[in-house]
Amino acid sequence: MTTDTTHSEDILATAAAWRAEGEKVAIATVVETWGSSPRPAGSRLAVTASGRLAGSVSGGCIEGAVADAAKQAMATGTPQLLDFGVSDERAWEVGLSCGGKVKVFVEPLS
Amino acid sequence: MKADVLARLQEERAAQRPVVLLTRLTDGMQHLWPQEDVPAALAEAARAALGSEEATNVTLDGETWFIHPHNPPLRIIVVGAVHIAQAMAPMADPLGFQMIVVDPRRAFATSERLPGVSLNTDWPDEAMAVLKPDARSAVVTLTHDPKLDDPALDAALNSPAFYIGALGSRRTHARRVGRLKDLGHGDAAIARIHAPVGLDIEAVTAPEIALSIMAEIVAARRGATLGAPRPVPAPAVPA
Repeated sequence: MTTDTTHSEDILATAAAWRAEGEKVAIATVVETWGSSPRPAGSRLAVTASGRLAGSVSGGCIEGAVADAAKQAMATGTPQLLDFGVSDERAWEVGLSCGGKVKVFVEPLS
Repeated sequence: MKADVLARLQEERAAQRPVVLLTRLTDGMQHLWPQEDVPAALAEAARAALGSEEATNVTLDGETWFIHPHNPPLRIIVVGAVHIAQAMAPMADPLGFQMIVVDPRRAFATSERLPGVSLNTDWPDEAMAVLKPDARSAVVTLTHDPKLDDPALDAALNSPAFYIGALGSRRTHARRVGRLKDLGHGDAAIARIHAPVGLDIEAVTAPEIALSIMAEIVAARRGATLGAPRPVPAPAVPA
């Protein structure tokens, strides 16, 4: 499991650019994975209050739930640590079908 | 994440300096290492994360920190703005490499032929002195012209580059080895050169050769043990 830090897709640059445009922005980062999670620790997703998305934390399974949590984090100004896994009922809801488990940290850009 | 942490993180990355983002997961408190002083246990984890290129979690005083390394980009320095270089260029970026093409022949080294690639039109010895290949660099020579390839290989062998490859047949390489030995390189140094360059996939066309070179570079970077060893190169013959 390696971090995707050299890839050209620079989510932080996108987040900074969106903020410069006056958007409210939150950043979600995969901080821990178990099993066959599709995206390694360090993968990022940037979200705006207006609904723009860049990057990915799961290859699509949990992005919706993470975006909802990001909007909450932007509203409250408080970061959140989210836990998704097959043993977790919530994961069934959002469909982490790959069988892996993943922890995602969501923080507002302030 | 505070906007100033983001700005400083991006500044370090733009300057191609290694930087680690440390996040306390209980409240989102963040530090950048080595730019800020942090407790020894976190500094140690940060140093290890840069080395392994793996993000990790560390528990300090009962609280979990996320250790997120950001290394400068991997580079592929290609000598020769030739057809194979053109085929390598669009593969480099998605594979996580910054590609730089060195060729003093300005008719070849144009951004029209190599869009989005960093070009250097100095002679290879001068270009290599500026580019300074490091342990995160691969060097590939593609010109077939000893005047251009040899100085680049000489510089690459004097550098910690993780991969060195040279285009040319076994016969061409045998003559090249003779010249590099004349420059003072021993057998151990010569053995660092992948020649003929690229994995043996019976590549014929420029894109196929580019693919075989990129695959060999990825294998070197990831420390892969390759299944079928290449045949032993022919002994050197006098130039």
